Amino acid sequence: MSRIHEIGTRLFKELFKDKRTLAMIFLAPILIMWLMSLVFSSNNSTNVNLGTIGLNNGIRTELKNMDNVKLKSYDNKSQAKKAMNDGKVDVYVTQKNNNLDVTYSNTDSSKTSLSKMGIQNSVTKNTIKQLSNKIRSLTIANQMLKKSNNVIIPQSKANQQKAFHVHNHYVYGDSNTNYFNTLIPIMMAFFVFMFVFLISGMALLKERTAGTLDRVLATPVRRSEIILGYLEAYGLLSILQTIVIVLVTVWLLNIEIVGSILSVIIINVLVALVALTAGLLVSTLAKSEFQMVQFIPVIVVPQIFFSGIIPFDSLPNWLNTVSHILPLRYATEAQSAIVFNGKGLTDVWIDILILVIFAVVLTILNIIGLKRYRKV
Amino acid sequence: MYNRNYEVVSECSLIRKVEYKLQNIILLKDIKKSFGNQQVLRGVNLHVAPGKIVGLIGPSGSGKSTVIKTTLGMEVIDSGNAEVFGKTLPNRKLLSDIGYMAQSDALYTTLSGYANLDFFASMKGIKKNKRNSEIKRVAKVVDLENALNKPVGGYSGGMMRRLSLAIALLDSPQLLVLDEPTVGIDPALRLQIWDELRKIANNGASILITTHVMDEAEKVDEVALLLEGKVMDYDTPTKLKEKYNVNSVEEAFLKAEGEL
Repeated sequence: MSRIHEIGTRLFKELFKDKRTLAMIFLAPILIMWLMSLVFSSNNSTNVNLGTIGLNNGIRTELKNMDNVKLKSYDNKSQAKKAMNDGKVDVYVTQKNNNLDVTYSNTDSSKTSLSKMGIQNSVTKNTIKQLSNKIRSLTIANQMLKKSNNVIIPQSKANQQKAFHVHNHYVYGDSNTNYFNTLIPIMMAFFVFMFVFLISGMALLKERTAGTLDRVLATPVRRSEIILGYLEAYGLLSILQTIVIVLVTVWLLNIEIVGSILSVIIINVLVALVALTAGLLVSTLAKSEFQMVQFIPVIVVPQIFFSGIIPFDSLPNWLNTVSHILPLRYATEAQSAIVFNGKGLTDVWIDILILVIFAVVLTILNIIGLKRYRKV
Repeated sequence: MYNRNYEVVSECSLIRKVEYKLQNIILLKDIKKSFGNQQVLRGVNLHVAPGKIVGLIGPSGSGKSTVIKTTLGMEVIDSGNAEVFGKTLPNRKLLSDIGYMAQSDALYTTLSGYANLDFFASMKGIKKNKRNSEIKRVAKVVDLENALNKPVGGYSGGMMRRLSLAIALLDSPQLLVLDEPTVGIDPALRLQIWDELRKIANNGASILITTHVMDEAEKVDEVALLLEGKVMDYDTPTKLKEKYNVNSVEEAFLKAEGEL
């Protein structure tokens, strides 16, 4: 037991001598998450420049009343086309009788869908307005008719149609909740995974290439004591890192966590243990630090794609199945439940169990894997 | 010629057989080991008696490192019999009584010399309250007492080598396995280290040492000439020189290599 602790202590001492690595562990996630929050929240206001050519006035007024649409009118199509090539308009609309011809530059899909929606809405609104105008004139005519018959009918309430007001209620967050907020549980787990994976893998790799691993193995230490020593040091480190990341999320980025923060930390520490054991195992396949970095696109990046950034139901079936072998899937599943729905650890016990199994199996594989360097 | 050499080897073993049976520190019998298609050891016979310094000499690629890794139990042999302290290898527990120094310095460069020694002392299982005095003792042997608090990254090559040796000396093991221990150490200190090794051997410990420095081969009790995965000759330096009718172990070595 004491050897495990001695190895852990030594790793910790080494880490704290290495200021740059420490900065990477603690500052890099903060920086990246802050940048992401900036980038994704600015995405909220998409503005569309819309060119119109001989458009029906009613529709044009409706379009004009829309928030994110700016109108420009052109005399003919070629003028509008030129404006589009110069990047001055994103869409232009021409009217021929009852047909609207809409041309999108389609370089920004969010602008395309916004203008599609805008035009559709304007057409609908315009039609409704025309209809209600007709109805009004009909009722007025009707009343006139009835008045002349001296029958007084109380003004029907239907006439004073009250417009519907929509009140929005949010289960999670508020009207300012954007794409970034929903990414948070994924990002937290992902950062913990990536940094712990890299740093622990590098540490064992360095120990191997420097020959200190051989030297440690030339003492009566058990192989399991070495791996557990690594788990001790990097487990502790990942607890610290997770606390930093969670606090940044809550205080600096103002992200709401409905469930308990402690549960979030526990899930992330589990993620760290899986990442740690995965990093150690993968490092035995790498011959140099550069080769270790090459594992990022192979092992780390796929995890982020299949961890809920794209909803699982929209993935092709086989891909959805494949994503079950990636530990980050379970981590984000559990984390989303805690962060968004306020679930407790007992509600996500299956995910926790799977993460624990990942960590245990990888640990055992590591202990066996060290046999490559010493046979007993 | 080959036959004659072989006879000499077996004669040696016969003379000492009784002694070995009682107490052989290292006993390797007809060891064979291949890596993939390449056979590195083709039947190595080697024994190290208590209190003896045995030099393992051979060109690179002759299998020196494999012999050393076998005695540490890091490699498992394909066939033959390998024993240390009378117990069949590999055996993890034997390692507590073996001091190993690798060819590379294998140190934690961000940590101080003291922290390095302390860590390896704990790995060897030295009790916490005994570590400090043991660290001071080995540091004195390699003349590093004044540099113990500096980070190893700031050491010179020779200092690192000495620290590496000091780690091997921790806990006064019964067997020292030293892979090129004096590379990069200046002559005065080298003499000092050899004096120390001799003292250790006189106290009853055995030392298996590989070296490229041929004048060091004159200082060992017995020389094993390892060529192409076999111990081609094994004798005291004096007898080897007589046998090949030369003036130095180096020449004996070259002659043995030429006869191959």
